[in-house]
Amino acid sequence: MTALLYVLLAIVICIAIWQIIIIFNLRGTIATEKDNNTQGILFALFGVFFYGLMIFSFAKYSVVLLPESASVEGENYDILYAITMILILVVQAITQFLLFYFSFKYRGIKGRKALFYADSSKLEAIWTIIPAVVLSGLVLYGLSVWQEVMDSSDAKNPLIVEVYAKQFQWEARYAGADNELGRANVRNIKGINTMGVDMTDKNAQDDIPTRELHLPKGRKIIFKFRSQDVLHSAYMPHFRAQMNCVPGMVTQFSFTPKITTKEMRLNKKTIAKVDGINKIRKEKGEDSYEFDYLLLCNKICGASHYNMQMKIVVEEPAKFNVWLQKQKTMSQIIN
Amino acid sequence: MSNHHKQTFITKYVFSTDHKMISKQFLITGIFMGVIGVMMSMLFRLQIAWPEDSFGIFKAFLGHHQDGGVMSPDIYLALVTIHGTIMVFFVLTAGLSGTFSNLLIPLQIGARDMASGLINMISYWLFFISSVIMISSLFLEAGPASAGWTIYPPLSALPQAIPGSGMGMTLWLISMAIFIASSLLGALNYIVTVLNLRTVGMKMTRLPLTIWAFFITAIIGVVSFPVLLSAALLLIFDRSFGTSFYLSDIFIQGEVLHYQGGSPVLFEHLFWFLGHPEVYIVILPAMGIVSEVMACNSRKPIFGYRAMIGSIIAIAFLSTIVWGHHMFVSGMNPFLGSVFTFTTLLIAIPSAVKAFNWITTLWKGNLQMNPAMLFSIGFVSTFITGGLTGIVLGDSALDINVHDTYFVIAHFHLVMGVSAIYGMFAGIYHWFPKMYGRMMNKTLGYWHFWITVVAAYGVFFPMHFLGLAGLPRRYYSNTAFPLFDDLSDINKVITMFAILGGAAQLIFLANFFISIYKGKKAPQNPWHANTLEWTTPVEHIHGNWSGEIPAVHRWSYDYSKPGLPEDYVTQDTPLFEGEEES
Repeated sequence: MTALLYVLLAIVICIAIWQIIIIFNLRGTIATEKDNNTQGILFALFGVFFYGLMIFSFAKYSVVLLPESASVEGENYDILYAITMILILVVQAITQFLLFYFSFKYRGIKGRKALFYADSSKLEAIWTIIPAVVLSGLVLYGLSVWQEVMDSSDAKNPLIVEVYAKQFQWEARYAGADNELGRANVRNIKGINTMGVDMTDKNAQDDIPTRELHLPKGRKIIFKFRSQDVLHSAYMPHFRAQMNCVPGMVTQFSFTPKITTKEMRLNKKTIAKVDGINKIRKEKGEDSYEFDYLLLCNKICGASHYNMQMKIVVEEPAKFNVWLQKQKTMSQIIN
Repeated sequence: MSNHHKQTFITKYVFSTDHKMISKQFLITGIFMGVIGVMMSMLFRLQIAWPEDSFGIFKAFLGHHQDGGVMSPDIYLALVTIHGTIMVFFVLTAGLSGTFSNLLIPLQIGARDMASGLINMISYWLFFISSVIMISSLFLEAGPASAGWTIYPPLSALPQAIPGSGMGMTLWLISMAIFIASSLLGALNYIVTVLNLRTVGMKMTRLPLTIWAFFITAIIGVVSFPVLLSAALLLIFDRSFGTSFYLSDIFIQGEVLHYQGGSPVLFEHLFWFLGHPEVYIVILPAMGIVSEVMACNSRKPIFGYRAMIGSIIAIAFLSTIVWGHHMFVSGMNPFLGSVFTFTTLLIAIPSAVKAFNWITTLWKGNLQMNPAMLFSIGFVSTFITGGLTGIVLGDSALDINVHDTYFVIAHFHLVMGVSAIYGMFAGIYHWFPKMYGRMMNKTLGYWHFWITVVAAYGVFFPMHFLGLAGLPRRYYSNTAFPLFDDLSDINKVITMFAILGGAAQLIFLANFFISIYKGKKAPQNPWHANTLEWTTPVEHIHGNWSGEIPAVHRWSYDYSKPGLPEDYVTQDTPLFEGEEES
């Protein structure tokens, strides 16, 4: 099969070279009226192809996109995103149309003289002011969303969770009963204390290390990110959340989960996407897949960067508390 | 002038100080690097589309970095790293700006050569040395640099973290340091030449937009490249001399390293202080070329000449205060994010002005569809498509969820990769007669354009959807996540278009190299253009004009001016009786 492909490829290349030589002997160099005509028509056709490609892509690929935001803060994100996207598509549709239409309409004809039209302050003012006004609106709205997402100072009774990154694994640490994380530094890493928690700190005793992220629905989660070796990025696409993990400093991000894993599995968009995935997996003879939230690494970090993930489970607060109770605290593990 | 001093092969073709020869040297080296960069992209696209298959082509090219035709994850990261480095710096900075600044600045302003031919020659040879070092790093046992073209530490600083951060990274840094020296020498020369050597009557307000673009590009380069050099130097200190500028609290492979107090975020700031202006260093020359080619082939003046200059200057200024938009989720203060969102979206305004002005230039023109013109129209199309998604990425709130995904890849490849390459092709097709005294074949040019333009959109348009589905970039394989299984079909389509697009460049290469030797002899002014370079003889002579340098009496855009005998009039033609300067 592969051999046949290579033979076909060789034949195609030979034909191409032969054609190139033939074309070359034609020695045409400067566009004639006939060329202008053909190329102008080709631009019109390409315009049609381009609109077709856009419409086809949206129709065919919408199913693979992320479902609605699973966090409260992500709602505004989705609205801002929708507004921006509509705006972009409108501008795109108009400008590309004009570009290809003009290329077609004004293709060169012998003897016709182009219009000497060098300047128009009025037109230029229009297309300076309109983008300026529209963008100001977008900036203001965008900044208010940004402010809301990044500022967690007024959160009431937030849950503090540390997310810890290393090549090529995620770990997590819950702040425990006192809801305060104990100090930590890579210099304390030893044996079972993989996150370098400082056990002389009294806040550290009730901290709970885990390998899976469980989050209660409806409570603000403040994530504190650390990394022990290189840059990583904690990316939780379903929650519209991302923050880099930087060695030597603690970074922060927060959101409030609003859809449990169970509920998300019943979401229409999720079902459609999962069905599509399972169809492909079945063809390949792989196990069927069930939807889960994920935390994945989104900053190049080494050979296994492509497989650095942690499962996230969002559940009702009562269930979450039961799960948390079952986990061992740092002092139970170390001592 | 000293037209007749004896030239040996060495002084004419190798260590030449003639700007026209140096321009060709930049172009040929740039094309060579471009071929390597594009071939790398073919290899990693095959890997992304068919991550579990083995390929004979991997066995042929990857040596011990593959096993039975299956690519290793390390070499995948190395390929994307070197692809990015080569395309951004060696092809689109040196290859594009180096070629056309050198060729056109003296010819279009009416100068006999660059202000310093010697510095110009040194600039090229430094570029050549840095290319050789970058290529030689590909042959290292542990592989070349593989921390991404942005070489963020600590990954780029620690060989324990990735094998490419050993000798490969050292060579990368040395190569880039030499590259920066080359770039600075070139840029200083361009600035001095434009300011001092314009011919009589060539006021700044009569300069073609190409020269304005090259001039402003050179200024951005002088302002920002030294910062990358300092960032690289500090990284060299951290790597080799044990300093802690960027490193702190690191535990790797079972041991704690001594570094304390540094921050990788500092590196990000320094890197992007160059890295973002670099985008404009790449795209502004392409914009200049497109403006020139479009006006000439539309047989119309460029619409809004002064607004075009103003927007170039505005873009250049803004480009130096927007670098933080690459760092919205880096952990920097969120307030800074707000500031950078504001400045970033401001850039959309001069960019929109340029796009609308190009479209208006076409309006009621008499379009001559030469290959250069096709690529100019293609440039405007991809620049708009790619530029618009910048509104998503420049908005800090929206960037959070698409940061470092395929959405970003789609955005920057369209707006600065494909667009700048189109600008470069437009320039090559348009000025080939000036460079080699021969014409390129138009039919091959048409084939080249149409296949390329379909393939490029076929590659980069669907990529937006991968990003919106949450697919991170720089993943060696997407098989670790069942969540991404339904994206594999899109990835296959993209790879097929990529191979088609890559193959189309063979048409260009054939056309380019055959035309150098066999092309039809060029007339003096094949495109009936106004600018001064077409008043020089077809055969290159040292000093460009055999007699006096012509004086300039008008701007370069008097196309189809009412009342004049022809639809063009070269800049050295005095005003006709009763004619008013436009």
